[in-house]
Amino acid sequence: MWSWVGHRITGVVIFIFLLVHVLDTSLVRVSPEAYTAVIGAYKNPIMGLGEAALVAAIVFHAFNGLRIIAVDFWKKGPKYQRQLLWGVLALWAVTMIPFLIRHLTIVFSNFFGGH
Amino acid sequence: MSTDSIAAPRSNSAQSPKYKRNKASHSSFEMFAWLFMRLSGVVLIVLIFGHLFVNLMVGDGIHAIDFGFVAGKWSDPFWQVWDLAMLWLAILHGTNGVRTIINDYAERDGTRMTLKTILYVASAVIIVLGTLVVFTFDPCPPGAVIDLPSFCPVP
Repeated sequence: MWSWVGHRITGVVIFIFLLVHVLDTSLVRVSPEAYTAVIGAYKNPIMGLGEAALVAAIVFHAFNGLRIIAVDFWKKGPKYQRQLLWGVLALWAVTMIPFLIRHLTIVFSNFFGGH
Repeated sequence: MSTDSIAAPRSNSAQSPKYKRNKASHSSFEMFAWLFMRLSGVVLIVLIFGHLFVNLMVGDGIHAIDFGFVAGKWSDPFWQVWDLAMLWLAILHGTNGVRTIINDYAERDGTRMTLKTILYVASAVIIVLGTLVVFTFDPCPPGAVIDLPSFCPVP
């Protein structure tokens, strides 16, 4: 039930970001200055935290999607759906910890450290 | 026990003799959409995880992203095809997901049709725009001076 709610909410959030992300990337067709200016807004620490939340949503949606496929196509999937959800959450943590260390280091060291 | 000792479900209801659910469509579209979500989902995991790794984890991560970074990637057909596949699959996957959510929660026919029309128009605009950008992109636009990739001729 909650994995289903989580899958829907993360799906909508990712879709809305995707629409915006295609629009901002399309600025490369306007001019290098326009693109670099807008992408600069993605580099401050507040947006950095937003990107971390977005990646957290994507990683959950990805692994829970694999769980849905396992439930639909694997003979024993429905029986083990609860254990599979714990597997999703474990994989999510294992993926997010190194991602957060690396991404937040880049975001915060560049903001406070120089340039 | 004989087979007809228990009346068939709903045989005495207003919907007797047959339970009528949605007989408007006999197409296999919903089955195709269900399968598409699973197949595109698996491919998108590879494409998006690769995209995030190359753009956020390698080198200076997000701090290195500027016009030159995008230009460097899209001068290579590999990344053009990668990003184009990601664009189409992600938009179609997301559009079908939001379509399902609208069908679930918007109960009035008019609301449902309006929301889905907005969704389809937005998705079509984004897919066409993104495709044009990937294919008509010029890594060394005339007149530009900043953030150009190193392979552009010096003006």
